[in-house]
Amino acid sequence: MEAADGIDWHRKIFEVLRAKDFSLAAHVPDAGHAPLIRMCEACPETDAVTLTTEEEGVGVVCGAWAGGRKGVLLMQSSGVGNCINALALPAICRIPFLTLVTMRGEWGEFIPWQLPMGQATPRVLRAMRVQVLRVERREEAAAAVDAGAALAHNGRQSVAVLLSQKMIGAKEFQEG
Amino acid sequence: MLRRRPSIAFLLESRPPGMLVVSGLGSCTWDLCAIGDDPRNFCFNGAMGQAAPFALGLALAQPERRVVLFTGDGELLMSLGVLATIANQRPSNLALVILDNESYLETGAQPTATAGATDLTAIARGAGFPDARTVTGRSELPALRRALHDAAGPLFAVLKVAVEELPLTLPHALDGVTAINRFRDAVLATSE
Repeated sequence: MEAADGIDWHRKIFEVLRAKDFSLAAHVPDAGHAPLIRMCEACPETDAVTLTTEEEGVGVVCGAWAGGRKGVLLMQSSGVGNCINALALPAICRIPFLTLVTMRGEWGEFIPWQLPMGQATPRVLRAMRVQVLRVERREEAAAAVDAGAALAHNGRQSVAVLLSQKMIGAKEFQEG
Repeated sequence: MLRRRPSIAFLLESRPPGMLVVSGLGSCTWDLCAIGDDPRNFCFNGAMGQAAPFALGLALAQPERRVVLFTGDGELLMSLGVLATIANQRPSNLALVILDNESYLETGAQPTATAGATDLTAIARGAGFPDARTVTGRSELPALRRALHDAAGPLFAVLKVAVEELPLTLPHALDGVTAINRFRDAVLATSE
């Protein structure tokens, strides 16, 4: 999916993850992550694990690391709230944990129900000892994921890379 | 009605060297520790609902090794959706053994849903587990042990166990970093 500015940021993120030897992507599907999920599904070396709820992905990624494999959790900001208690696992064991979060409830949000969790997302993550990196520009997305993956695995930290709604593009709806 | 610790000990007897064991928080962790400390075990002491997803991630990362989860009915009830996730991944090396005492023993033995209308084995079968069974007597344990040690999974088994107040045996480290480091070292040192 090449954007109007010519930057296929999903592809660049995928290439960074593969270069860093990530081979498992747990996800609750989200439109903002859809191209990345398709690339993971098409990659023979990558297991794409569809979850029923985001907190499962915390355990899956942590268990994979215990088995010597790098994983990432792909989710929308609304899923961050589902993960709160699960984040105790990487926090107390200092398991490298990386999640890429597509933001809702900010720039151009059409559905006000997305606002409470979207606005609370960075605070909730920090409250659970997750390092937060935020991306506003498409040309910086891959570099942020690269930095986040390094921080998570070199420093044994939980790291969330927040992909801003302004960058992704807000969902467009027909006025009824 | 089975007794939990002798049942787990029986199932792990002659354990294959590569077998990895995960326990859910509370009674199952005390049980596993009481049976004997082993670096190939990882024992949860919190993050309720995370033991099964962790076991799935481990099984996907170590497809040549058996991964067995022992957890309680209360812990599994918190994350029933994971049964659908596991059944669709179909890891042939993963087994879930649920010690079902129909109560939240740690908090005063309040009844769980399985004391009432809920049948976890039926839920697992509906989620897509090809082998989902309920074990109520000792005569069924040898077949379950053979399946845990050898058969292609994913396997789901509910052990109906008595409510017992047993001595609390803590893991070798309550500190998560110490615990996960020892476990991961054991996994990676002997990777097949």
